[in-house]
Amino acid sequence: MQDHAFEGVGLTRAYQLEGVTVEALRGVDLRIGQGEFVAILGPSGSGKSTLMHLLGCLDRPTSGVLRVGGVDVATLDDSSLADLRNRMIGFVFQSFHLLARTSALDNVALPLVYRGLGKVERRAMARQALEAVGLGHRMDHRPSQMSGGEQQRVAIARALVGEPQVVLADEPTGNLDTRNGAEVMALLDRLNADRGVAVVIVTHEPEIAAHARRQIHVRDGLIEQDTHENR
Amino acid sequence: MRTAEALRMALEALRVNRLRSGLTMFGVIVGVLAVVILVAIGTGAKNTVEKEIAGLGSNIILVVPGQVGLGAAPTQSRLDLTDVAYVRRIVGDPSKVTVAVNSGESVRVGRTEVFTTLTGTDQNMSNIFDRPLRRGRYLSQTDVDTRRRVAVLGADLGAKLFGDVDPIGRQVTIAGVRFRVVGVYETVGSTFGVDRDQEVHVPVTTAQRLIGLPRINGIAVGASGPDEIEPLQKRVVAGLEARYPDEKFSAVTQTQLLGTIGTVLGMLTGVLAAIAGISLIVGGVGVSNIMLVSVRERTKEIGLRKALGARQRDVLGQFLIEAVLLTTIGGMIGIAIGVGGSLTIQALTPVPAVVTWWSVALAFGVSAAVGVFFGVAPARRAARLDPVVALRAE
Ligand SMILES: Nc1ncnc2c1ncn2[C@@H]1O[C@H](COP(=O)(O)OP(=O)(O)OP(=O)(O)O)[C@@H](O)[C@H]1O
Ligand SMILES: [Mg+2]
Repeated sequence: MQDHAFEGVGLTRAYQLEGVTVEALRGVDLRIGQGEFVAILGPSGSGKSTLMHLLGCLDRPTSGVLRVGGVDVATLDDSSLADLRNRMIGFVFQSFHLLARTSALDNVALPLVYRGLGKVERRAMARQALEAVGLGHRMDHRPSQMSGGEQQRVAIARALVGEPQVVLADEPTGNLDTRNGAEVMALLDRLNADRGVAVVIVTHEPEIAAHARRQIHVRDGLIEQDTHENR
Repeated sequence: MRTAEALRMALEALRVNRLRSGLTMFGVIVGVLAVVILVAIGTGAKNTVEKEIAGLGSNIILVVPGQVGLGAAPTQSRLDLTDVAYVRRIVGDPSKVTVAVNSGESVRVGRTEVFTTLTGTDQNMSNIFDRPLRRGRYLSQTDVDTRRRVAVLGADLGAKLFGDVDPIGRQVTIAGVRFRVVGVYETVGSTFGVDRDQEVHVPVTTAQRLIGLPRINGIAVGASGPDEIEPLQKRVVAGLEARYPDEKFSAVTQTQLLGTIGTVLGMLTGVLAAIAGISLIVGGVGVSNIMLVSVRERTKEIGLRKALGARQRDVLGQFLIEAVLLTTIGGMIGIAIGVGGSLTIQALTPVPAVVTWWSVALAFGVSAAVGVFFGVAPARRAARLDPVVALRAE
């Protein structure tokens, strides 16, 4: 049997804030398989982003075991963790996070820089990724020369250029109008359906969550409801 | 990440912030420039003095009364011509010993009057010092023995007093007394700031009468070879101290002069370079400052890069390379201006400036080191940023 994309047991994450301990996650168990499409829902401050950061290996759990692609992240040092992020995971952020003075093409190629690929190869792959999100005609544009929807599509191209197993998207439509939001969701749908990439998306909006085959509801740092609980 | 990639990225970052990069480099440019120019001037001064000393002649020993050393007060001379005869006996070969009496006097021809150094010496002067003649003859033994009022002029003095006219056989008035010019020296330049081409030489006996004192200022001895210098030097000093048990005498050789002056000028150059080096350090602090600002400004970018797979050392390298590029590019500009400036000073002023490869290499090396030293702290701060926190930064 293939490893789960993510497997978390008893995950907690506590922050120390001026001597007070804030428990953002208080014991989360979850498994997300290869090729799943999952939406994480919950009220503000419930711990959704915290969970995404753990899954994306940007952060480590305070306690509990987290395996990403079958590997226990506690056993990895900083540089192996960076490597894991680079190969396994693509991020899409609410506020796009594109480099302002850099063309769409080079923004998309950025993850490949840290994979040690040469410029020609990077650009060829980035071009393909941009074409896949329908932005073949915007290669040389800078973020400031593109609409919000286009910028988020560039970010999606950047997330998929490294052919990751998972794309993690924290409120990817949060800064977009309905039409652009729908376009972005359509892209994520296709990514999941055509390429078998697992997609985990955090959202407030039920219509967005409806794209996912599985919904996980988080409240007060715990999973309140998981539509795929008995898997 | 590849090094070439990191370099390209750093250059791009500097290019994007052109004005800021330029201003940051400015401190380094000034520091390097100052090091190169000051070392060039110091080295030039040292070379000049060394050339002057070597230009006197070879294997010369200068004997003077008193202790010669840095900071020692000049001693009133009590030597006279009988002491010269005594030294001649010590040395053995009388033709290798000469004498000097110095005095500042005015030399006049018609209405042209020049204030200059009068040196009373004898027929042996040209055996010891390199002092070729352009016209006429040297002073002779008869000139000295009979106190003739004859003079040999330095090249420039001759030109000043007589213009294009041949001075040989003509009259000059020195301190109110008429002398006949019998020779003119070739151009030899200056030594220790004394322009030897302005000097006038007269027989030592004539000079003593003119000044009104039987004293002499110093004795010069020519050794027959480099190996002879030291024993001869000792013999002369020992002999004179035996003759005058209450007094001290010094005999300095060119090598010793070169050594002493070389040390002094070397120290001076070092101090100048160190002062200039301080401005380089100040430039480095500026680089550190700007890099910290840059890390703060680009916190989000750093968070993003980490999310996309940048390792700590990728981020460290990126910022370190930026800092080193700032200082080395600044260093190269400083070197270019410093070398250009030194050449200009050399060409347009009497200050000798000699650019040495080691000062250029040192300035470049130090600026690179300053970049590493002052870039490490900001780069480490960047490398250690928590990606989650960094991505949230505003
Ligand atoms: N760096 C931090 N230091 C202290 N507390 C934190 C930190 N990050 C998050 N928290 C706290 O952890 C809790 C969960 O935060 P999180 O960002 O995961 O919520 P969220 O579900 O993503 O909310 P939203 O829907 O508003 O984005 C919050 O109470 C928050 O204040
Ligand atoms: Mg959130």
